Amino acid sequence: MLPILATLLGNTLLYATPLIFAALGGVFSERSGVVNIGLEGMMTIGAFAAAVTALGTGNPWLGVVAGMLSGGLLALLHAVAAVTFRADQVVSGVAINFMANGFSMFMLYKLYGGGQTPHIATKLAKWAIPGLAKIPYLGDALFNNYPTVYLAFFTAFLTWVVLYKTTFGLRLRSVGEHPLAADTMGINVYFIRYTCVIISGCLAGIGGAAVSIGIIAEFTEVTIVGQGFIALAAMIFGKWTPWGALGACMFFGAANALDAIGQTIGLTKYANPAFFSMLPYLLTIVALAGFIGRANAPAADGKPYEKGR
Amino acid sequence: MGKQKIWAKDLLEVAGVPAIAIILGLVVGAVAMLWMGYNPVIGYQSLLRGIFGDAYSFGETIRSMTPLIFTGLAVAFAFRTGLFNIGVEGQFVLGMLAGALVGAAWPQLPWLLHVGLALGAGALAGALWAAVPGLLKGRFGVHEVITTIMLNYVSLILANYLIRNFFRVQEQEATANIAPSADLSIALLKQASGGARIHWGTVVALGLVVLVAFILYKTTLGFEFRAVGFNPHAAQYGGINVTKSLILSMLISGSIAGVGGAVEILGVFGRMAVSPILPGVGFDGIAVALIGNNNPFGVLFGSFLFGALKTGAIQMQYVTQVPYAIIRVVIAAIVFFVAIKELVRRILRLKRREV
Repeated sequence: MLPILATLLGNTLLYATPLIFAALGGVFSERSGVVNIGLEGMMTIGAFAAAVTALGTGNPWLGVVAGMLSGGLLALLHAVAAVTFRADQVVSGVAINFMANGFSMFMLYKLYGGGQTPHIATKLAKWAIPGLAKIPYLGDALFNNYPTVYLAFFTAFLTWVVLYKTTFGLRLRSVGEHPLAADTMGINVYFIRYTCVIISGCLAGIGGAAVSIGIIAEFTEVTIVGQGFIALAAMIFGKWTPWGALGACMFFGAANALDAIGQTIGLTKYANPAFFSMLPYLLTIVALAGFIGRANAPAADGKPYEKGR
Repeated sequence: MGKQKIWAKDLLEVAGVPAIAIILGLVVGAVAMLWMGYNPVIGYQSLLRGIFGDAYSFGETIRSMTPLIFTGLAVAFAFRTGLFNIGVEGQFVLGMLAGALVGAAWPQLPWLLHVGLALGAGALAGALWAAVPGLLKGRFGVHEVITTIMLNYVSLILANYLIRNFFRVQEQEATANIAPSADLSIALLKQASGGARIHWGTVVALGLVVLVAFILYKTTLGFEFRAVGFNPHAAQYGGINVTKSLILSMLISGSIAGVGGAVEILGVFGRMAVSPILPGVGFDGIAVALIGNNNPFGVLFGSFLFGALKTGAIQMQYVTQVPYAIIRVVIAAIVFFVAIKELVRRILRLKRREV
């Protein structure tokens, strides 16, 4: 039993990691007042760029950087639409998702002549933390994991610091609650929102990289199938806070892990594997349904701001 | 400002935004082709030939336009009530399954009855699937965007599971073939066009365009839907049952998508196979509805545009090796430019009307 639980815990962390990055990105974007349905697309493009870069250079860390930059670049488009042109943010997000999917498929055919990359031999390697990794069961699960896992938790901490302990964070939150008041106080609403949307894209891009060169070692059309949306739900479930989002991602990560390793640890004896595949999606719906009413979204979330009106 | 000028401005607004968006979208596609070392002129030429080139191409254009009419209408209908039904994809998938199952059962039924039953089953499946987000939205205020997206993935897993475990035929990963009594294909046109899969479903779709327009603009129900979409608080104050409208609109939207799924099986595929990915027509329906300004006749135009692009792109990849996915980039760019109407308005120098 214990080894099974340890495996499950390790995999929960692994599968929660991409969600954590994207959900933290969602926290940045939405706390500044911009709804970001495009997280899914930003993860897709990040996963794609990371895979291509890791294949081309042989260095997975360059892949992570490429994922981050490409996610940020795509987010810039969303910011232009949502902030400058006051587009419907959900529609713009949908366009972003289309774009990421279309562009990555187009490039896949161009680069590799088919719908998937070759196997990535140089994916991220596990990092054992000296000493801690030696703890029975727990050590292997918690401290002999992928570096992206540690980075995700560190990013959550960093997000918390930025949001609640810095001037920028205070401004960010005020822009998301009451942009007119913030503007009156001399805060540049557009600048803050642009910055936050781009940060969200960078984080989602890293999240995508954590899938394509962390969890698996390839990129196909079905590498990112809803993780961005699940991350968005996790952010709502976590009340738009970094730690809340992290906790919710662990929950969904566990559901993903059950799906991924259900067969290995013998769970599929008790239920059809299809059930475990549905679990993350169903839990997302249940979580949203059970949670609503108590949710407190930033007051100006999704509302475009127009200076001088 | 004279009355005539306002009218002209409205027309420019309705037709101008999509027109500019389409042009800009095609420009983005051309730039992507140039960047990747393809010749966009040759690319678009073969695209056009793939759409209008011969009877077969045009027939296939009509074929690939048909499901988009259904999904576009479904998205637009919900949009008019203020709902963003991204779940059309999943409702379409379950409509496919229901249509395939009913279409394969009872081969002794008369054609019209069998077709009607199969389409009805599709509508019911789509409506039931849409009822979940509809109820969650109407009763508990859960935003429909995430729930419908999640249900898309669930629908695919569910359909695959049901086919694999209950409805597969012998060693195949697919349902049984539909009976001739449920076949929607038009053999005569198919022969005349050299094999293009033209079917009666297109006629059903056109009928639905008129029906949806009638419901939305000529009935009390449609008025209530549009009032809720325009301003739910005002609608509530005006005595409209907003919860009921939201749920009902979602049900209708889902049933339109479900019929579309059933039509696709009865008219084109003849059976439903296990698939690793969603068919994508539901997502394209979002683009169709947006370019059509959520108007049923606009949807008709939008579905022709995107159906044509998708059909032409197959030929384009075959002839010029430009990857098919380029068309997804073009469609994405068009949606993006529709989303930023503000830019297009500035290009057209339309001042935003003060409301």
